Amino acid sequence: MPMLASEIEELIKQSLPDAEIRIDDLRGDGDHYAAYVRSSVFKDKTRVQQHQMIYDALRGRMGNELHALALQTSVLETT
Amino acid sequence: MSDNPVFGRIEEEISDNEIVLFMKGTPVFPQCGFSAAVVQALTQLGVKYKGIDCLADPGLRDGIKEFSKWPTIPQLYVKGEFIGGCDIIRDMYHAGELQQLIADKGIQQQQTA
Repeated sequence: MPMLASEIEELIKQSLPDAEIRIDDLRGDGDHYAAYVRSSVFKDKTRVQQHQMIYDALRGRMGNELHALALQTSVLETT
Repeated sequence: MSDNPVFGRIEEEISDNEIVLFMKGTPVFPQCGFSAAVVQALTQLGVKYKGIDCLADPGLRDGIKEFSKWPTIPQLYVKGEFIGGCDIIRDMYHAGELQQLIADKGIQQQQTA
């Protein structure tokens, strides 16, 4: 079962409330997405750790229902 | 959690080989576009690495995900350290960071380009 972009966004928001999220459906098939996530919680984390935080937010769906999610993370600077 | 018998094999592979790519298919015949992209980056760098086909071993295919707490394949290890999956490797390659990391770890690379 593919996932809706809105479900992906919702799950990420639940774990990372301050996140700015953009999700592109790469092929229009509900199965290959790219997500751009910017959040202050990524500060001082390695890229592996940042992506792991998103995978945790998706609670096991990545690699199962969700086949392809290309991730780009960046730090949201709070001043 | 660390009772998984395949963890021993994974630890052996990543300590015996400087660069290990857990992938779908083989470096010559990748079976997935994401694995192929990492193969391509490593080939461009001209580094020696060991490609391990996770499709050939269901225990390994699941075990590697549990080992690294990373839900997808491919996964690249350099000197025993998990570096990332396809997105991270591709970004690092384009930013020149992968070359730097490999040089910092004292691994030989032949420039092919």
